[in-house]
Amino acid sequence: MQPQELIYKALAGDRLALTRLLSLFENQTDDLAEIMEQIHPHTGKAHRIGITGAPGTGKSTLTTCLTSAFRKQDKTVAILAIDPSSPFSGGALLGDRIRMRELAGDSGVFIRSMATRGHTGGIASAAYQAIALFDAVGFDIVLIETVGAGQAEVEIASMAHTTIVVEAPGLGDEIQANKAGILEIADIFVINKADLPGAIQTENALRSVFDVNHNTVHKHLRDIDISEPKDESSSHKVQWHCQILKTVARTCEGIDDLVTAIHEHASHLIETDQWYAKMALQFEYQFESHLSKALFASWKASLTPEDLDNLHKQLHCRMHAPEFLAKKVLNGVSISQKK
Amino acid sequence: MEKKIRVLIAKPGLDGHDRGAKVIARALRDAGMEVIYTGLRQTAEMIAEAALQEDVDVVGLSILSGAHMTLVPKVLDLLNANGQDNVLVLVGGIIPEADIPLLKEKGVFEVFGPGAFTTEVVNTIQQALAQPA
Repeated sequence: MQPQELIYKALAGDRLALTRLLSLFENQTDDLAEIMEQIHPHTGKAHRIGITGAPGTGKSTLTTCLTSAFRKQDKTVAILAIDPSSPFSGGALLGDRIRMRELAGDSGVFIRSMATRGHTGGIASAAYQAIALFDAVGFDIVLIETVGAGQAEVEIASMAHTTIVVEAPGLGDEIQANKAGILEIADIFVINKADLPGAIQTENALRSVFDVNHNTVHKHLRDIDISEPKDESSSHKVQWHCQILKTVARTCEGIDDLVTAIHEHASHLIETDQWYAKMALQFEYQFESHLSKALFASWKASLTPEDLDNLHKQLHCRMHAPEFLAKKVLNGVSISQKK
Repeated sequence: MEKKIRVLIAKPGLDGHDRGAKVIARALRDAGMEVIYTGLRQTAEMIAEAALQEDVDVVGLSILSGAHMTLVPKVLDLLNANGQDNVLVLVGGIIPEADIPLLKEKGVFEVFGPGAFTTEVVNTIQQALAQPA
């Protein structure tokens, strides 16, 4: 099928066309820009929810529970489950479906596993396009499960309306909780495996941190364009206070509270106009990242093999620092002068 | 970007021995493929659905229960019904010699028994997908 036919069919609900488009995105098809131009007008309705946290905290199991809960509310759910690619072989073992078997056979659920394919930041290189496509074809909820994240995989926060950070007991003291990075992006904190010893200590550590710095959370969203509320009484609405919840995903305990918190966060975003502001920032980010990739590619395509070889030689023989050579290239200094 | 070979490794039916499936999954990963492992006790419907959602090039079915003559054709039928008739289907496990031609007749590309080298499986996939369909 041609991309045009795929788009047409996917928007009409054809799952084979949907899955083929996702593969085209993953393989970075040459038609990506043209396809997205047609998908884009159909996006903007889905609630995009990111689920991140360290490996083994229960993200996949929690994703499954959440999906079941949303299905009970008659919402359709697409899941993008991201696992790492091997930096050596380029291969990947994508195992998130193992935990999601109870979702099989439900036509209101679509699960796609995706490997990072060298993209750092905790998500896959085609994640944005996949999320947009799920949104466009009409899924109410798009759940994005990141790779098992360390401390700095925060890119998900820019792609999701709501970011859930999953912790489990026993993974660190309050110094860990005070570090910058992943803890700062949480709209909702989930302490999963809350039936294990140490859950209360983890909760206390997190609470002590958030009581101090809830004002600093969400600074990753620079300059959200919302007019200052003039009315004092409504000012509390602007600042979302990160919720800390306990769950046992294995038995779906605490999931109802989590679903409520997710809906509250969505309402908060809509009331404060941040729902669209978040997406607007995402568009800027995607534009810049695609433009920088395209500029680099077109610069590289403009070089002769000798030019490139020459550049490499200048680096290899330590003639210039990489930083300086990059600046030189940018300033348009001829690079083929030296042999 | 180079297209990655995507493989679904599934265990249909009721046997719980998945060491073979996991070894194959790991070998294919190390050969640079993206392997989706679905876990134990999958129905034919679950496997076909996963193959569709994941848009895989290959489905590897591991069966040691003896139910292959029932389960494998069912998976093949469902793949065809979903428009995925181009998917390469491989079977591994305990399959009697006499059943192998029957399975191939129904559309299985290759059957691997005990003692098969992982490199054989890798090579079979790479060669089959390198040829234009």
